[in-house]
Amino acid sequence: MSAAADLTGALGLAYWAETAIKLGVALIVIPTAALMLGYLFLLKMMAFMQSRLGPTDVGPHGSLQLIADAVKFLQKEDIHPAAADRRVFRAAPVVVLASSFLLFVVLPTGPDAVVENLDTGIFYAMAVSSLSVLGVLMAGWASANKYALLGGLRAAGQLIAYELPLILAVMGVVIQADSLNLQEIVRAQAEGEIFGFGLIGNPFILTQFIGFLIFMIAAQAELTQTPFDMPVAETELVGGFHVEYTGFRFLLFFMAEVATAFAFSALATVMFLGGWWIPGFDFNAPILNVLGPVVMLAKILLVAFVIFWIRFTYPRLREDQLQKFAWKVLIPLSLANIVVTGIFKVVL
Amino acid sequence: MVAQNIAFGIIAAITVAAALGMVTTRNIVHAALLLVAVLGGLAANYVLLTAEFIATTQVLVYIGAVMVLFLFGIMLTRAPIGRIPQMTGATWPVAALSALALGGITVYALIDRFGADSLATDNTVFRTADVSDSVFSQYIIPFEAVSVLLLAALIGAVVLARRD
Repeated sequence: MSAAADLTGALGLAYWAETAIKLGVALIVIPTAALMLGYLFLLKMMAFMQSRLGPTDVGPHGSLQLIADAVKFLQKEDIHPAAADRRVFRAAPVVVLASSFLLFVVLPTGPDAVVENLDTGIFYAMAVSSLSVLGVLMAGWASANKYALLGGLRAAGQLIAYELPLILAVMGVVIQADSLNLQEIVRAQAEGEIFGFGLIGNPFILTQFIGFLIFMIAAQAELTQTPFDMPVAETELVGGFHVEYTGFRFLLFFMAEVATAFAFSALATVMFLGGWWIPGFDFNAPILNVLGPVVMLAKILLVAFVIFWIRFTYPRLREDQLQKFAWKVLIPLSLANIVVTGIFKVVL
Repeated sequence: MVAQNIAFGIIAAITVAAALGMVTTRNIVHAALLLVAVLGGLAANYVLLTAEFIATTQVLVYIGAVMVLFLFGIMLTRAPIGRIPQMTGATWPVAALSALALGGITVYALIDRFGADSLATDNTVFRTADVSDSVFSQYIIPFEAVSVLLLAALIGAVVLARRD
């Protein structure tokens, strides 16, 4: 994400210069990530799965389509509904986008390539990702539209229900890695061994497979992607909480959605797939600051592929099925996972 | 420590302004959103005090869960856009008195305990492991008391929600 950023820290730049570089990297990485996922998966992959071509005209294989779309969005008139609460209406997409920007702060991509190596790493990520629902509720309420309000309420109910299994699934990893810090979680996987065989380390997807499944399902629900897309269900709510948004305010919601998908894929990569570490390298090898982001990106795209694959494959759940699934299946399962992990931690 | 003091001044001004706005606004959703700003300001102050874990918990629990439930409840019942003419309850003098009393007690307790103590300036961050160590050793009895309290609230909620 920011190989440049922390290398400059090692170079001994002034605080403001370091901050400026980090900000610049963040401002480039996040829109690029959103564009990449949007083009690769939303436009091309969905089209191929539905026996279509997708965009073909703008750029090679239509790869500049999203940039053309962004220009189109920026040109549109900025419309507020007459009855809307203007200030809250305007603030809502910013809150949602800020939540996904803050997620990128802790994602590690190399031994030094991380914007801020927070001690509370994964806990921080869970906290800031829970802020987006606030923006969704604000958007739903301030639009002065029944469909929007219903969408906002559905989103809130869903995100509250699925945040619990999400955090509980992470707990298993934290117990096994002995740390909340994302770099320490990567290190625990890099230095771990599978039955005394330490060549590829111990990616936690092997020992925490149930945690991985729960995390992926809950992340899908947190992203309000199909089969958990009731808050934006087009056929029922004509778009849900963002029904009244047009132009660049809609673009902000769209960017936040795809960027959060990227960030959640990155979190899954760090916690379950070994993160940026490459088997055979020393954990602190400086070359990993360059190779790490590449490996990380490949793994992120793999995880994001699964997320979008499920999105394009399954039909939408019903609201009561969704709540039952969270409270009666995922939460008990993740609690059992924590207990078993704890027992193994003490015994081994 | 100059930068920290300036940051504290800005954060404190925003927090106090949001708190005043929260009790004077005539729109219930605006009040809830301003309360979010107040809680966020407190989290920022915890960061200034190098209490990273507490700040994160504040965001996760208060903003991410409690305030979302508040807003959910408000919007599920009745949350008109625009001003509500009568937002002040009949018991407001009592509320003002108890708020003053609570504020007075807190300020007195803090000054009495800490006086002019100042934070160490070597930028040590309290690590999460240290926090959990002290919770599960030195403060184990208050911790257990809070757990029992939460359990009682949980059981109470289940009893209230059951129809049979």
